[in-house]
Amino acid sequence: MADLDELYRGIILDHYRNPRRKGTLDGDHVHAEGLNPSCGDEFFLDIAIDDGVVTDAAMDGQGCSISQASGSMMMDAIVGKPIDEVRDIAHKFRIMMSIEEGDNPVDQERPGSVLGDLEALQGVRKFPVRIKCADLAWVTLTDALERAESRT
Amino acid sequence: MSDLSALRADFPILAREVNGKPLVYLDSAATTQKPQSVLDAMDSYYKHSNANVHRGAHTLAAEATELYESARGKVASFIGASPDQLVFTRGTTTSLNFIAYGWGLNNLSRGDKIIVTIMEHHANIVPWQLIAKYTGAELVYLELDDEFCVDTSELETLLDDRVKVVAFAGMSNVTGALGPIEILTQAAASVGAISVLDAAQLVPHAQVDVEALGVDFMAFSAHKMLGPTGIGALWGKADLLASMEPTEGGGEMINVVERHTSTWAPVPHKFEAGTPPIAEAVGFGAAVDYLAAVGMDTLRDHERELTTYALERLSEIPDLTIYGPKDVTKRGGAISFQLGDIHAHDIATILDQDGIAVRAGHHCARPLMKYFGVAATARASFYLYNTTKEIDHLVASLHTARGLFGLA
Repeated sequence: MADLDELYRGIILDHYRNPRRKGTLDGDHVHAEGLNPSCGDEFFLDIAIDDGVVTDAAMDGQGCSISQASGSMMMDAIVGKPIDEVRDIAHKFRIMMSIEEGDNPVDQERPGSVLGDLEALQGVRKFPVRIKCADLAWVTLTDALERAESRT
Repeated sequence: MSDLSALRADFPILAREVNGKPLVYLDSAATTQKPQSVLDAMDSYYKHSNANVHRGAHTLAAEATELYESARGKVASFIGASPDQLVFTRGTTTSLNFIAYGWGLNNLSRGDKIIVTIMEHHANIVPWQLIAKYTGAELVYLELDDEFCVDTSELETLLDDRVKVVAFAGMSNVTGALGPIEILTQAAASVGAISVLDAAQLVPHAQVDVEALGVDFMAFSAHKMLGPTGIGALWGKADLLASMEPTEGGGEMINVVERHTSTWAPVPHKFEAGTPPIAEAVGFGAAVDYLAAVGMDTLRDHERELTTYALERLSEIPDLTIYGPKDVTKRGGAISFQLGDIHAHDIATILDQDGIAVRAGHHCARPLMKYFGVAATARASFYLYNTTKEIDHLVASLHTARGLFGLA
C-alpha cells in the first residue's frame, strides 16, 4: 500500500484529472504523436518555438494517470524555457526514472528542487512496467524537438 | 456451488505468491495456467521419446510420431471431429491466416464482401484486411445490440452473392458475449459464402461439436485451454481443406518435389510445413484429456456460477460499468469493466499489488473499444480453477482503487 500511495500522490491525480494546457495550438507549431501500441495510450503534443524558446505548448490524447500526469507536468516544466534547458530537463527526468544513465538529479533528502512537480513521479520507479507510461510524453517531446530542428 | 477447488492442487503456479499475496489469477482469457499432467506429458516426451516426426525408421522417431498423431486424435475427438480434418498450427492467429491466405487469396476478387463482427479480435480482422487489400474485396462489419450481442437485424440487407466470407467469434474475448454462430453459419451458407469460426474463447469453455455447428472452418489455441503456447488447431470441411492451397511450403508438407513444381501431401500434413511443435502437441493432448476428465458441462456450470456471482458483486461497486451481457446464458466468463475515471492500467497496477492478475488495455480489439468510445477496459476472466473467494478479493481490491483515486 505504501508503494501505491507513493505512486498515486495527490499531485499526480490532480494533473491526471486537470491536465494543464489540454488542447491544440493554432499558430505556427510542431506536432508530434506518441503511442504505446501495447496498451493503447496516446499522447499528442503541439509546441511553438520562437527564437530557440518554447513559447507555447498543448497536449491531447488519452491514457493512464501516469502517462497523462507526466505529460501535464511536462507542459508546466517546458513552456517559457530555451530548448537547451528543455533538453536538460528531459535528460534529468529520464535519469530520475532510470531510463538514462547518470547521477540522480533529485536529492532524496531535499526533494522539490530540480524538476519541480515532476519529482512526484519518482514513485513510478517501483513499478517497472509503468515506466514506459511516464516516459511517453517525453519520447513525444524528443520527437517534436527533432522535427523542429529539421525544419530550420 | 459446484466445487472444483480440489483441482487447484493440480496447478503448481496457483500456489505461488505475487507481491506477498496469494496469486489470484483472473486472466485466463489471455492464457490459462497449466496442470501438472500437461507439464509431465511434455517433460516425459523430451526425456523418453524426443525425435522428429514422420521421418526416419528408428524407434524414437516412431514413438514421437505415434505421440504426435495420437494427440491429434485426442484434440479432434474433443471437438467431435475426424483427425484427418484437424491441422496443427501455431495457434488461432495462424489458423485464421491460413484460411485468409489459403482460401481467401484464391477465391476473392474485387467487389466481393467479407463480413466480420465489430467484436472480433484483431486476429479475425487484420488477416481479412490484408486479403481485402490484395484482392480488392471489401470488409463489412456487423455491430452490436444494446445487450452487447452481435446485431444480426441488418444481415438480410447485407447478404448477396458478393458475400464470400462470414468470419466471427464464438465468444468475445472482451465482453464475453457468445456469437450468433447458428444464424451467421446459415447466413453464409445461404449465399454460398464460407463461415469461419474464431473459437479461441469458445472451445476452452463449452462443449463443441464442430460437425453439428455446420461451420466451414474453425480455429482455436491450446494455451487458452490448459495446454502450452505455440500450438493450436485449424479444423475445416474436408472438401475445402482438400482444395485449399497451403500457405507455407517446406519439409513434410509435400508429396513429390521437382525442380520447378511440387505436389502436396494429403490433409492435414499439407498444412504442416517444417518440424511441428511436437512436445506442444503432446501437451495439447494432455490438456484435452484433463478437460474431458473434468467434463465440459461441469466446467461450464462452474464458470456460469462464478460469472453470475462476479456480475452481482461487481454491480454493487459504485461507478463501475460492465461492458458485456448481463444475462449469463448469453455470455462466458470474461468480464470487461471500467471503474469511474480510473484508467484500466491503473486498476491493473493496484490489483497486482494485491496479487490479482487482470488484463488491462484494448484486448487486441481496438475497433470494439472505439465502438464503445473507450480507450481501454480492465478485464477479469475465469476458468475452472477460480473460486468465489477470489472474486471477493477482486471486489475488495477494486474498493482499494476507489480509495486511492478518492472516489470513496
